[in-house]
Amino acid sequence: MCPSVIQVDVIIPTQTKYLDLIGSIGERIAKELDNFTGDREALAYQLNLVLTEATVNAIKHGNDNNPQDTVRISIHLFEQELNIKVYDHGQGFDLATVPAPDFEHPKESGMGIFLIRSLMDSVAYTRQHDCNVLEIIKYLK
Amino acid sequence: MNLNLEKISDFSVLTINEERIDAHNSGELKEYLLQMIERGEKHIIVQLAHVRFIDSSGLGALLSGNKNIIAKSGKFALSNIQQQVMSMFELTRLNRVFEIYTDVHDAVKTEI
Repeated sequence: MCPSVIQVDVIIPTQTKYLDLIGSIGERIAKELDNFTGDREALAYQLNLVLTEATVNAIKHGNDNNPQDTVRISIHLFEQELNIKVYDHGQGFDLATVPAPDFEHPKESGMGIFLIRSLMDSVAYTRQHDCNVLEIIKYLK
Repeated sequence: MNLNLEKISDFSVLTINEERIDAHNSGELKEYLLQMIERGEKHIIVQLAHVRFIDSSGLGALLSGNKNIIAKSGKFALSNIQQQVMSMFELTRLNRVFEIYTDVHDAVKTEI
């Protein structure tokens, strides 16, 4: 793969007050895409949302017993692809068992993964050494 | 969270003076709505004109308000939703669950 045009690496404490910061980075990146021909405002919102949901997920699945625990968010922008990786240090979960929402009987929680899957092109959650990685890919047209 | 509550006709209109509802402040919104319902408010409109971003936990907080009001045979409505925020309601099909009005003045004219 070609070298990335932009790489952003952020490490935050596992606190929700940093969600705005992480989401805002996604919005700003959407505005830097020179060749993107789609709806830029919609993409800016979607990247804000996906980064917010993925970071909340990592905070929730993080290590509750460690006040020093952190979440790392790594964003790589390539010519044709945006790659987001969110690392947590918790127990992890099985992405395949996350149920699709019941639209007839909506619940107050559990929509996060559904939103990420709906808006992005590929989602995977894997174990790597001492952490878990949620990897999200959006192809840019 | 910066919220403003006013009475218009028979409705309690809750205006959210925040640009962003996410997992950091949605718990506060949910709790505020539950307290309103507990003290007997039956007809609530949440005015979202200032909100330019909502995540799944924010939608969940509104859903909680909606469920609890309906359980008491009251009315819960949303108004003045920005375009990108509206797309979240559409994606989650919650636009079929909530009563949604373009403007708060249309919402307060409805029958209760």
